[in-house]
Amino acid sequence: MQPAIRLQSAATRNASLERDQTLKMSTEALCVLYHDFRAISDVNLPIYAQKITAIIGPSGCGKSTLIRALNRMNDLVHGSRAEGQVYLDGKPLYENNVDVVDVRRRIGMVFQRPNPFPKSIYDNVAYGPRLHGLRRRRDLDDLVEQSLQKAALWGEVKDKLHQSGLSLSGGQQQRLCIARAIAVQPEVILMDEPAAALDPISTLRIEELMHDIVKEYTIVIVTHNMQQAARVSDFTAMMMIDDHRAGSVIEFDATNTIFTNPRDKRTEDYVTGRFG
Amino acid sequence: MNHMSYRRRNWRQTVNTFMLGLTAICTMMVVAPLVWILAYVVRQGLPALSLTLLTQLPTPVGVAGGGIANALVGSAMTVGLGLLIAAPVGILAGIYAAMYPNTVLGTSVRFGTDVISGVPSIVMGIFAYTLIVLPQRHFSALSGGIVLSFIMVPTLIRATEEMIRLVPSSLREGSLALGAAEWRTSFSVIVPAAVNGLVTGMMLAIARAAGEAAPMLFTAFGNPFMNTDFGQPVATLPHMIFVYAVSPYNDWHAKAWATALVLITLVLLLNILARLIVWQRARVLGSLK
Repeated sequence: MQPAIRLQSAATRNASLERDQTLKMSTEALCVLYHDFRAISDVNLPIYAQKITAIIGPSGCGKSTLIRALNRMNDLVHGSRAEGQVYLDGKPLYENNVDVVDVRRRIGMVFQRPNPFPKSIYDNVAYGPRLHGLRRRRDLDDLVEQSLQKAALWGEVKDKLHQSGLSLSGGQQQRLCIARAIAVQPEVILMDEPAAALDPISTLRIEELMHDIVKEYTIVIVTHNMQQAARVSDFTAMMMIDDHRAGSVIEFDATNTIFTNPRDKRTEDYVTGRFG
Repeated sequence: MNHMSYRRRNWRQTVNTFMLGLTAICTMMVVAPLVWILAYVVRQGLPALSLTLLTQLPTPVGVAGGGIANALVGSAMTVGLGLLIAAPVGILAGIYAAMYPNTVLGTSVRFGTDVISGVPSIVMGIFAYTLIVLPQRHFSALSGGIVLSFIMVPTLIRATEEMIRLVPSSLREGSLALGAAEWRTSFSVIVPAAVNGLVTGMMLAIARAAGEAAPMLFTAFGNPFMNTDFGQPVATLPHMIFVYAVSPYNDWHAKAWATALVLITLVLLLNILARLIVWQRARVLGSLK
């Protein structure tokens, strides 16, 4: 069995990947520039529905830039601009008539450091739904409970929903931020190193909850931690910088393949810990 | 070797002690006049300070009693009106300058603030005199309030801008990533996180404006009677100090000191309150990092 898989060409491997999956998002020749500096260049990345896609690579290779380009958070960075295109359900996101606010509602984001608002736990989760017009108390209560349950936090906070979100521990705050993102009922959730500031037990809880919620959402996660990518993701994109210090995806495949049988020598060196 | 490092340590300690002493002396040189002024005002003002002073109107020379009730009301009117005009403008402009620091408008707001806060308040007084008092052909609390709003706006813009900047940008990103528009983010997340700071800014602006005498000469002008009509001249605390102090009568001098004590106490209380709020704010925001 093993040699047969190894002999499969890259083209047939990708073709077989695409047969079983529906494409949720994709990037096409995506470049992001900060002023004249090209941070990422020519990125073509498929993101499959109801799957976890991990983006790995050494520091400074543009992982965060790439993930922040997917919901146009980079628009906030002074002097940044994107070339190429990002598609969500086949529709381009970088067009003049696209409503950025709507893009971010459909594509949620969880950040590296937990950033709960200085409001109560309840108000943190209810913030997004209220924003989008949900006012009825009963509906809000239900949605807050569901979201906290999905984020595996309900049991710990159900008796103190009106305490400040800042009173929680770091790991709990990050799950609160995930609940807050879920409450908007996005289609895609982007996670930019969501466990970088957490201890191993909190990290594990986040990974478990990602497994639980991926049935309903499409998840993209940036991680420094290769074990984490191997544990949680279905697909992995390996990024690396070129001679001009612009990052790009050098290999994309099923996570299993990336970690056991990568095509690119650099990927192999990276995942086996020879550098990075 | 050992001996050398010992000598070097000795020298280092000497320099350290000297520098520490120098900074301590300079600090005292700053604090001493403040304490001196306060102590002097208290010593001179306390004898004439009484409930009568706070509740009665000024009396003619030689008549016993008399106070500054009209000036307390007048100051409240002009400062209150000034704040009413300046607070929305100053706070919104400050929010803008903090959120869009690199835009043309953002930079010009900051530059304009610096320029305006450098303009002597008496010049502002003449400006308001030409603009409001001359066309109306009489002095008024209204013109006093407007000139105080000119003085408050730069303080408010600066304080607001700094307080908004203290709010971590991660909160802004967190809100935008949930599909919130910029204005919703500002008003639902950033301003509530900075609200104590905005209150502080207002208090500092009030404290600054309440002590202005020069522009009042051209606008509110002063009034020995009680007046609550914004269209008419009113007395204000700093102006009252001026009137009592330049008089040749001893009991009026005592009243000037007592009025000064009242004004200084009010301003000091506002400043202390503002500090307490900032201190509490820093503790709350500190837990975000």
